[in-house]
Formats: sequence, structure tokens, C-alpha cells
Amino acid sequence: MRKSVSIAVLTMALVLGMGTIAVSQRNFLAGAQQKAETTEVKIDNFSFGPGTVTVPVGTTVTWTNRDDIPHTVVSTDGAFKSKVLDTDEKFSFTFSKAGTFPYFCSIHPKMTGKVIVQ
Amino acid sequence: MAGTVKDEILHDHNHDGIDRRGFLKCMAWAGTGALCVMSGGVLKSYSLSRLPGLSPKEAMGELSFVQISDSHMGFNKPANPDVAGTLKAAVDKINALSAAPEFMLHTGDISHLSKPEEFDTVDQILKSAKPKDVFYVPGEHDVLNDDGKQFLERYGKGSKGGGWYSFDKKGAHFIGLVNVMNLKAGGLGTLGHEQLEWLEDDVKQLKHSTPIVVFAHIPLWSVYPEWGWGTEDSAQALAYLKKFGSVTVLNGHIHQIMQKVEGNVTFHTAASTAFPQPQPGKADSPGPMKVPAEQLKSVLGITDVNYVQGQHALAVVDSTLA
Repeated sequence: MRKSVSIAVLTMALVLGMGTIAVSQRNFLAGAQQKAETTEVKIDNFSFGPGTVTVPVGTTVTWTNRDDIPHTVVSTDGAFKSKVLDTDEKFSFTFSKAGTFPYFCSIHPKMTGKVIVQ
Repeated sequence: MAGTVKDEILHDHNHDGIDRRGFLKCMAWAGTGALCVMSGGVLKSYSLSRLPGLSPKEAMGELSFVQISDSHMGFNKPANPDVAGTLKAAVDKINALSAAPEFMLHTGDISHLSKPEEFDTVDQILKSAKPKDVFYVPGEHDVLNDDGKQFLERYGKGSKGGGWYSFDKKGAHFIGLVNVMNLKAGGLGTLGHEQLEWLEDDVKQLKHSTPIVVFAHIPLWSVYPEWGWGTEDSAQALAYLKKFGSVTVLNGHIHQIMQKVEGNVTFHTAASTAFPQPQPGKADSPGPMKVPAEQLKSVLGITDVNYVQGQHALAVVDSTLA
């Protein structure tokens, strides 16, 4: 757990560090806590893309339905559940705990995806 | 047999109407249309082009009802920006049938997003149909966000559990099943243990000669599991119906006409009144299929069913809205 968090911090440090070399490490850590990561998942042609996303703890994942047909995003173990999403509607969930979160569309259960939080 | 369209196809299996080994397929793809008359062990199929040549006795029965499906009221995408208009056209088609149907079955996806005003619009349009009684089963679009509470309040009076029920008309036994609730990740349509137990009990006392008509939204046969077009536990339901000489299973969901005969069971899916969907595996996904506007009504339709008492004969006729 501690290792994965430090890897995530290190990754962010590398990414952000390129643009903000002068930022001290202390300030940077404070900034990382405020500015959470975001990840997008698109729903196209009755599938989640990408089907599996791997994100650091604290990431907000946003799903966008781009089909002509409504879909839902429902965690298999009850961790999260969207309302029905019509075309272009979005659903977001912030993952505050590490783990693997399989999910599916409760209207079209053949549509499945996974969020791996590290 | 898939895709075969002949003027007349004659299947003769075990001569008793209960073919245990025979496995027959008779498919009528969207736009072709077929009339199937089952009598004893013989199934006769006619393409719609032959209909004018059939005698009234061949084409009509003592009980006539009509199936409509997948109205998707509220859908407004390019595949059909006027689903209210095409539902009205379906009602006009029903009102123009030579033998007035006694009632209607709606096999689900009445609404697109389970909104009250969508159900209200459908109710309003169907009021102008000659048959006044409508029997509904829900589609997955009718039970969004509330596990079917609204659907049951509107259409589920007298039903059991999640909305299943049965009734008798002129010696035929009709069974409405619900297979769109509690769907599991990666799975297909589901009937569930409680409903299967009810079904077993419901048909226990019936004579084997009683014609059975089952209607549900998602097909009760494996049309194309890759797109979720099938029902996980339908085999158990069909096992309870094995003893009957004539079983007709009417479904919607796949927005195209398809038929399969397996022993004494005829499976049939109806066209949508709203928009067509692609043939299994013929597109990236089962999403709405856009056809040129002038062709739309030729891929939408209604299904007229006639039953001749005492002859085990049941005729299923699909008509497009064109």
C-alpha cells in the first residue's frame, strides 16, 4: 500500500515536475492532495473503453455515454451505481480506496469493465 | 435454413407434434415476413407474397390477437425521430386487419427511459386501437432506476412477483414472463428461481392439449448470446412446457423478425414499432440501425396471431408498417 502510493506520487512528481521544476517538494505534495487525478471512460458501441483502467487512489473516473441507447455503470459489488445515462450524459465516481472494482451495464449486462485502484 | 425464403416450406417431423429429436429452423428475416400454421406435427410456412392466395380458413382462426413490441417512446435519434408517428402507424395497421384482434400483447420496451410521460404517450396512442385490452410485459427500458416499481403500478395489476401472470382465452393459456430484472454482470436475460417455481405450478394442472402462448421481452431462445440476445434460465422454463403439444413463444427486444421451430415449440420475435437493429453479428454493436427514411416503415411492424381451436393450429403473420 505504502509502496504503491509512493509510486503514484513519484509518477505525478515526474509528470508535474517537468513543468514546475521550481516547486518545492513540500508544496508539491500539498498540491497533489488538492488536485486529484481524473480518468475518462467512453461508452461506444455497447462497450466501455478502455475496458480496464488502472488509476491511483483518489482518482475520479468519469464515464460518458456516446451511444444512441441508454446505459448504466454499476459496480458488481455495490461500491457505486449510476442512474441511467442517456446519450452524452456522464457519471463520475471518486475511488478513495485501493482495490479492483468490476462493473457492468445493468441494462446490457454483456457490457463489463474494471477499475483497478492502486 | 436461415435466410431461405420460399413460397411454401413444409416440415413434417414426428407426426405427433412433439418432436423430441428433430431440430428445425425456419427464419424469416426483417422485411420478408411469414405466415406459419402449425397443425399436429406439420408446420407450414408461407411467405407474405402467398397470403392473397390462402383461404380464410387457412389464414384465420377463432382467436385472433396482435403483438406489438419495442415502442421505445422517447427515443429521438436519427434511426427514428418520430417513434410516436410509427406507433400510430402500427395502430392504423391493427385497425385495418380483416379479422379484428381481440386483444393486444405488448412485449416490452414501451418507453425508452422509463419516464412517466413516455408511458402516458403510449397509453394515449393505444387508446385509438380497436382492441381495448392490452397485456404487457416489461422490457429493460421500462424498469430503469426504480426496479420496475412504476411499471408494476401502471401495468402489473394482478401479476405475481416481478410482474409475471397468466390468463386463459378460448381454451388457450397465455403466460407473461419477466426476464429483464436483476440482470447479472456478463449474463443474459434472467427469469429467476421464484418465477420458474411459479411457472411450474401454473401449468401443472393444464391438459397437454392446451395450446400455450408464452410472451416475454428478451428471447427465450439463444438468438445471439454475444449481444445478450437470450435468457440464462430459459431451458428450465421450456422443460416445464415440454408436455404440451403446441407452444408458441413470442418475444421482442431484438427489433427484427426471426423464427425458429424446435419440436413442439415455435419461437418468434416481433419487429419493433420504433427502429430496426442489425442482424446478429452484422454490426459492431446491436445499436439502432439507420436506414433511409423512405425504407424505415418496411423494417418496422406488427405481428398478428391466429389460433384455430381443436386443430393445434396457430398462425403467426408479420406485417410491416410500409
